[in-house]
Amino acid sequence: MNIQQNTVSENNFEQCIKCTICTVYCPVAAVNPDYPGPKQAGPDGERLRLKKPDFYDSALKYCLNCKRCEVACPSNVRIGDIIQAARIKYGPQRNTSLRNFVLSNTDLVGSLATPLAPIVNTAVALKPVRMVMDKVMAIDHRRIFPKYAHGTFTTWYRKHAAAQQAAYPKQVAYFHGCYVNYNNPQLGKDLLRIMNALGYGVQLLDKEKCCGVALISNGLYKQAKRQAEVNMASIRTAVNGRRLDVITTSSTCTFTLRDEYPHLLQLENEDVRDRIELATRYLYRLIRENGAKLKFREDAAPLRVAYHTPCHMEKMGWEYYSIELLRMIPGVEVTVLDSQCCGIAGTYGFKKENYATSQAIGEPLFRQIEASGADLVATDCETCKWQIEMSTSKPCEHPLHILASRLA
Amino acid sequence: MKFDTVIIGGGLAGLSCGIRLAEAGRRCAIVSQGQSAIHFSSGSFDLLGQLPDGTPVEDPAEGIAALEKCAPEHPYARIGAQACERYAEAARKLLCEAGIPVSGSPRRNHYRITPLGMAKPTWLTIDGYLTTPSPEVLPFRSVCIVNVEGFLDFYPEFIAEAFRRHGVSCRFASVNSPDLENIRRNPSEMRSANIARVFDHEQNLDRLAARIREAARECEAVILPAIIGINRSDAFEVLKAKVDLPLYLLPTLPPSIPGIKAQQALQHRFRALGGEYFLGDSVLSAEVEKNRVKSIRTVNHGDIPFEAEAFVLASGSFFSRGLIATPDRIVEPVFGADTDFVPNRTEWYTEHFFDRHNYEAFGIRTDRSLKLLKEGSVMENLYGIGAGLSGFHPVQEGCGAGVSLISALFVADRILNSLKS
Repeated sequence: MNIQQNTVSENNFEQCIKCTICTVYCPVAAVNPDYPGPKQAGPDGERLRLKKPDFYDSALKYCLNCKRCEVACPSNVRIGDIIQAARIKYGPQRNTSLRNFVLSNTDLVGSLATPLAPIVNTAVALKPVRMVMDKVMAIDHRRIFPKYAHGTFTTWYRKHAAAQQAAYPKQVAYFHGCYVNYNNPQLGKDLLRIMNALGYGVQLLDKEKCCGVALISNGLYKQAKRQAEVNMASIRTAVNGRRLDVITTSSTCTFTLRDEYPHLLQLENEDVRDRIELATRYLYRLIRENGAKLKFREDAAPLRVAYHTPCHMEKMGWEYYSIELLRMIPGVEVTVLDSQCCGIAGTYGFKKENYATSQAIGEPLFRQIEASGADLVATDCETCKWQIEMSTSKPCEHPLHILASRLA
Repeated sequence: MKFDTVIIGGGLAGLSCGIRLAEAGRRCAIVSQGQSAIHFSSGSFDLLGQLPDGTPVEDPAEGIAALEKCAPEHPYARIGAQACERYAEAARKLLCEAGIPVSGSPRRNHYRITPLGMAKPTWLTIDGYLTTPSPEVLPFRSVCIVNVEGFLDFYPEFIAEAFRRHGVSCRFASVNSPDLENIRRNPSEMRSANIARVFDHEQNLDRLAARIREAARECEAVILPAIIGINRSDAFEVLKAKVDLPLYLLPTLPPSIPGIKAQQALQHRFRALGGEYFLGDSVLSAEVEKNRVKSIRTVNHGDIPFEAEAFVLASGSFFSRGLIATPDRIVEPVFGADTDFVPNRTEWYTEHFFDRHNYEAFGIRTDRSLKLLKEGSVMENLYGIGAGLSGFHPVQEGCGAGVSLISALFVADRILNSLKS
C-alpha cells in the first residue's frame, strides 16, 4: 500500500505544527462556539477526512472564507483553502434553498431588479416585506439591503461612453463586477474619469459574469465554475488578443479571479493572473513608479478618512496601494483602522442564522470607526461598505470615488 | 515601493529594529511571513542565564563580558559587553513605551516560574507574572493554584510538586461557568485565547473572583494561568482588585496571552510611528548589485518591488524558515547568504534532547557590524539580526530574546550612523 497517497493533500496541510495562531485570529471562532476554528476545521480535520470522508464536520459551514487564518499562519498552510475545498468535496452537493439561490445569483437578480429599481428599493426597505423575507426565506429582517441602480453600468457605458473611451491612445479593460453594474454605476464612472485623466480609455470585457464568490460560498460550485470559465475566456481575449490589462474595483472579485479560481475551482489562470489587478494598484504603479500625474482641486474641504482593510484585501496584501492613493489627495487626512473582519462576508451576514454572529464579529471594528473621528470610512469592498453603513453612523465610500470627486 | 529601510521578518527582532528606526524618523517597511514566535512567549525576556560551559549567570552584564573571552563569535561578544548593557536598557524602555510593562535589570537576573513550576533565570518579566529573586524561595508559604476545567495547557499538579519541594503548601481550585461550558463544545480547542475571551466579560470576571475568594480562603496567595485580558487590557487589574489576595499569573503552553498582547503592542507601536507592516507575504528574490541590495520582490507584490537604502534580515531560525536545513548544509533562502555550520551532519545534534546541540548555533554569518556575507564578501547594506544569527545557543544559554532585542537595536544604530556619515 502506498501510504503517501492517503496522507498527502494539497494546500500544505502537512506543514501545520499545531501552533493554534490561526484560531487566535479567526473572527468566527472568537464569537461562535459552534465553530471549532481554522486549525480544527482545516489541517486537523483534513487528516481525518483523508482517512474517511464521514469525518466531515458540518460546522465548516460557519467559515467565512476570510482567509485571515492564512495571513496569520507562520508556516504558510493554506488553511482557508483546505476548509473551502473540504466543503466542495465533502459538503452538501446540491443546494436547493431559494434563499441561497437568490443571494448568490447576483446577475439574475440584478438584471431583474435594476429596471424596477425604484419599486424594488422601496419594497425591500419596508418592514412588512422584510418580515416576510425573514419568515419565508430566512434573510434576516434587520439586514438593510443595498439599493439597486435604475439602469445598469453596462447599458450606460454602451450608450454614453463606449465611443468616447475608444478615442484614448492607451486602453485598459475593466471587470466591473455585479456591484458596479447593478448597485453603484457611479463607481464605474469614477474609474473612467480617473483613467481618462491619465490618458487611458476603459473597455468592457467581451462577456462578463459575476465572479462567482457568492456561488462558491453558497455551495453552487458547478454554476460558479461555468461563470468562471466565461470570465477567464473574456480575460484571455482581453489580455492576449486585445493586449489589455484587466483592472477591477472590488477587492473580493479580484481575489476570486486571481486565487479562488485556481485554488477552489481548479481553473488554471497562471498565464493571465498577473494581468488582473485592483485599479488602485494599477494607478499606484502609473503614478508612483511611472511618473503619471493627476491634478486635484485645490479648493476641496478637508476630509478625514478612516481606511478599513477588507479580508480579501488583507490576504492579497494590497491595502497599501489604496491607502497611498488616498494619501496623495490634497486635504485628505488618512488613518488606518486595525485590520479586522467587518462580519458580513458577502452573503453570510444576510442569512438569519448568521446575523448575530455577523454583527458580533464586526462590533470591535464598529467601535473603532465611531471613535475614529473620521468624516467617512473608505474601503475597496462593497459588502464591507454595506455592513459599515448599516452598523455605524459613518458613510463608507470606495477610495476611487473619493479620489475622483477631488480631481481638478 | 520606496522605503529607507526594509526589514524581512516581523518578530521580536524585526519589530524592535523597525520601531527604533521609525522613532528616528526613518520610513520603514516590515515584510512578515505570518505571525511570529512571540506568540509562544513565556511573559519573560531572557538576556543570559548560563555560560556555554553551563555556569549559571547571576549578573548578565558580567556574563556577557565573560563571553567576549570564552565565546568570541557570540552576537553579544561581537557587539561588546558595554554596548550590550546600554542596548539592554534601551530595549527595556522600548518594550515599556510600546505598552508592554516589564521590569528587570541587566545587572541581576530574577527567576520566572515555568508552566511546569520550575524556576528559570530571566532578565525582564511582564508585570503580574510570578517571579522570585532566588530559585529556592517563593514569595508565599501557602498558595491556591486555580485552573479552568478542561483547559489543556496548564498543569497545577506539576506546579504543586515543584512548589512543595520549597516547603510551600498548595491547594487546587477549578473554575467553570456557562460561558466556559460553551467553548468546551470543541474540547480540543480549549486554549488560552478562547478562554481569555470569556474573561473579557465583566460577569465572568466577577464569577472567577468569587470562586477564587472562596477557594483561597486560608492561602497567602493565588496562582492563575495566563488566561486573562486578551482584548481588555485592564482585566487582570480588575480581577486583582476583586480578589483582595496577592494574585500571580503563570504562563501557559502556547498560544500565549502575554505573547499575543506583546506582538500586537509592538505592531501597533510600529504602525503608530508610521511603519508599514506587510503581514502574510514571503520574499521571493532580491536584486543585488556590487554587494548592495537594491530591492526585494515578494509573492504578494510581484512586479512592484520593495526598494530601500538598507535591508535587515530578521527572518528567524528554522521554525520560521529563516534558515533551512538540507541534508548537508544550512541555507539562508532569501539572499543565499553565507551560513555557519559544521559540515558533518552527524555532529549537528546528539541523541539527548536536552543537550546543547550544535545546530542551535548554526545561522547566518555576519561581520562585526552584523552585515551579511555572500561568497565571502560583505553585503554593504544588508544586516542580520535575531534568531537567524549564528554563534549562540538560545535555549541552553537562555539568551534568545536578548540577542533579538540587542542585535536589533545595535543594527538600528549602525543604519542611523551610516546615514549620518
